[in-house]
Amino acid sequence: MQLQYELREGRLTAHVSGELGHPEAIELMARLSRMIEDHLPGEMELELSGLEFMDSSGIAVVLQAARKCAACGCRFWVEGTPAQAKKVLTAAGIHRLTHIR
Amino acid sequence: MKKGEKRNEMTMRFLSRSANEAFARTAAAAFIAQMDPTVEQIYDIKTAVSEAVTNAIVHGYRDTLGVVTMTVRLFETGLAEIVIRDKGCGIEDVHKAREPMFTTGGAERSGMGFTIMESFMDGLTVRSRPGKGTTVIMRKLLDVKQQA
Repeated sequence: MQLQYELREGRLTAHVSGELGHPEAIELMARLSRMIEDHLPGEMELELSGLEFMDSSGIAVVLQAARKCAACGCRFWVEGTPAQAKKVLTAAGIHRLTHIR
Repeated sequence: MKKGEKRNEMTMRFLSRSANEAFARTAAAAFIAQMDPTVEQIYDIKTAVSEAVTNAIVHGYRDTLGVVTMTVRLFETGLAEIVIRDKGCGIEDVHKAREPMFTTGGAERSGMGFTIMESFMDGLTVRSRPGKGTTVIMRKLLDVKQQA
């Protein structure tokens, strides 16, 4: 799992690529949480187009980032979601809680 | 779900280390590839195996180290059967554990593992005894081509 991010005009974009299972999710949640606290963005985009695999561990990542953003008054959405990851998020009903594209 | 004649079978044993979650799902997908399933079916199986193996490692063995056994059986009818077994702490209430959002694993677990296994596979059986371990049996019917 790799994480790269950019901050432009108050929008934080986090690009996640590779495979996202349980050990990677623990690391990613900590890094995203720190990133939100450090930058307090107005908007946050979790960009997943480079994601090759995700299990339900990724659900916790999305939910935690969404909650963290909501607590900071930051708009949050998921972008570029590959079909396999979208199927996991949809099966869990996460598309009803946050915007997934 | 009709099984028919067995075409192939493999069993592997590995330690309950997190690094083996990716190894197990990749190994299961590689073995099932001989049935020529669709890409979506391969991903469904990888995802379900990842959930079951992660449960064994994170919940079954918690802070201890144990052995996880994975058996994959392929049948002429196109049925793939995957059995994942641990001898960890077991599940007190299997019915409750299968409910969406139920977890004993804290904030880093979504509690959706069994829901994903049920959604992505055609059959799921969970057998568990507290203190003895858990066995998860998953079945998926593949769109299989006839062997030459």
